[in-house]
Amino acid sequence: MRNCHPIIKILALFTVWFLYLPLMGVAVCSVNSARDGWVWKGFTLDWYVKLFDNEWILNSALNTLILAVVSTAIATVLGTVLAIGISRFPWGRKTNSFLNMMLNIPVVIPDIIMAGSLVVVFGILREVSSMFDMGMIDMIIGHVTFQIAFVALVVRSRLALIGQDVEEAGRDLFASNWYLMRKVMLPLMMPGIVAGAMLAFTLSLDDFVLSFFLSGPDSQTLPLYIYAAVRRGVTPQIHALSTLIVLVTVVLVVGAERLSKKEVA
Amino acid sequence: MKNKQILWRGEMTTKATLFRKGLAFLSGGISWLLIFLILPGLLFVGVSFATRGDHGELLWKFTIENYERLMGFSLFGWTPDYLIILWRSVEVAFVTTLVSVILSYPLSFFIASRPAKSRYVWLTLVIVPFWTNMVIRTYAWFYLLSPELPLAKLAIALGFIPEGTPLYPNAIAVYLGMVSVFLPFVTLPLYSSVEKLDWSLVEAAQDLYSSKFRVFRQAILPQTAPGLSVGIILTFVPAMGTFVVPDLLGGAKYMLVGNLIQQQFGSSRDWPFGAAVSLGLMILTMISLQIYSRKGKEIEIL
Repeated sequence: MRNCHPIIKILALFTVWFLYLPLMGVAVCSVNSARDGWVWKGFTLDWYVKLFDNEWILNSALNTLILAVVSTAIATVLGTVLAIGISRFPWGRKTNSFLNMMLNIPVVIPDIIMAGSLVVVFGILREVSSMFDMGMIDMIIGHVTFQIAFVALVVRSRLALIGQDVEEAGRDLFASNWYLMRKVMLPLMMPGIVAGAMLAFTLSLDDFVLSFFLSGPDSQTLPLYIYAAVRRGVTPQIHALSTLIVLVTVVLVVGAERLSKKEVA
Repeated sequence: MKNKQILWRGEMTTKATLFRKGLAFLSGGISWLLIFLILPGLLFVGVSFATRGDHGELLWKFTIENYERLMGFSLFGWTPDYLIILWRSVEVAFVTTLVSVILSYPLSFFIASRPAKSRYVWLTLVIVPFWTNMVIRTYAWFYLLSPELPLAKLAIALGFIPEGTPLYPNAIAVYLGMVSVFLPFVTLPLYSSVEKLDWSLVEAAQDLYSSKFRVFRQAILPQTAPGLSVGIILTFVPAMGTFVVPDLLGGAKYMLVGNLIQQQFGSSRDWPFGAAVSLGLMILTMISLQIYSRKGKEIEIL
């Protein structure tokens, strides 16, 4: 690989520094025993310990997890089946472009517009059934709606990679539909399904706008909690919580990277 | 003819069976998207022509008042307030994208020039902020610019801002937040193009005494165009509709269209107007992308 010009190097290092400066500031303050201000008063993990006494935070963490797990599960099943439907059948050109459009809309549409339109729909559905009251069910539906497309796109590209030879070979060897699906296709598709599910899971953890629009009083998630807390005033507890979430993100990113490397090998 | 046997992927079947099976596979996902994405979208268009009742309820009475309001016409004459917000959103999204692109080029070249082992670490350093929740990253800036921290203290000492005030809300804070939030969205796709760059073309251009600018425009830009395009779209579209960053760092002084929409669905409870603003945002985004793709083609032809 070539060497790069010192100016490029300085600019690049500046950019990384710029990305991390605020996060580092928050991380440093999260282990500072001073309640506020920029004075170092000694190392402490008190703010982290206190997080686990705060019922609001624990509840929000639980909600975040429930939302991410349930929506990812639904979206992974629907998205995978959809991807098979799209790439395993001889659809005409028009159907294909319609299906492509359906997958691309949730990817390119600004999330705030999706959130607004769901608020209106749930507002109308609420007149029919109280199931659609602002809260977890609405949030899960919202998340699944954008996750499906991402899962389907990832699984579809995996299916394209597999090709059709294995399937034909299976048929030639008299595999039944069920056997072919379970013993041949599913294991081959697995890396794609796992990658799609991980993407969906992270997207759900990352979402703020949809949750913000659709949440009810009992379904606060961690990003919503932090957002509300900032308006009340910054506390070291929020520093600790944010830093913890960043650390979880690091673990997820590195873990996903490891996993995908293993798949290749 | 319909029941004629055909061979599809090693299976003897008929066209009708194949069609039925395919439909069964599609039905779940597609009906979900139709019910919760397409129908709400169409309904949204309808709502933007509806009327708000006195208590924020929806009245299905046709009106174009919401769009007139967005254009600035009201009972009290014409004001450009909403148009300014719309224009400002385009401006902020454009500048954010531009700055992110300018910073992403050196960063992706730097990462690509690292030895294989540390390249992975540098790349992870960009991926982590990409996946970190936007609220947390905005909050971090919010905190960094608060009155007790050195940055604000410096500004106070220099007399830019009064004692005890934070470095927000203002335009600079919004830009700082926006660029740091969206930068990885450009860097990652751009890096995937830079990684595959054919350096012999760059060297050829240099051998032929091209200026640095020409080397970039004719040897590097066309090769990195695919990643750059993805990055620009990934940044511009969400940047147009963002509301966390301007809400925390811009406040009422520097409102963007995302805040305006959020207000209509939150405190003001004016769904029809909110829908009209959303469609305005949608149209603006489409127009901008259209202009970009036309300009983008010109670049490719050059």
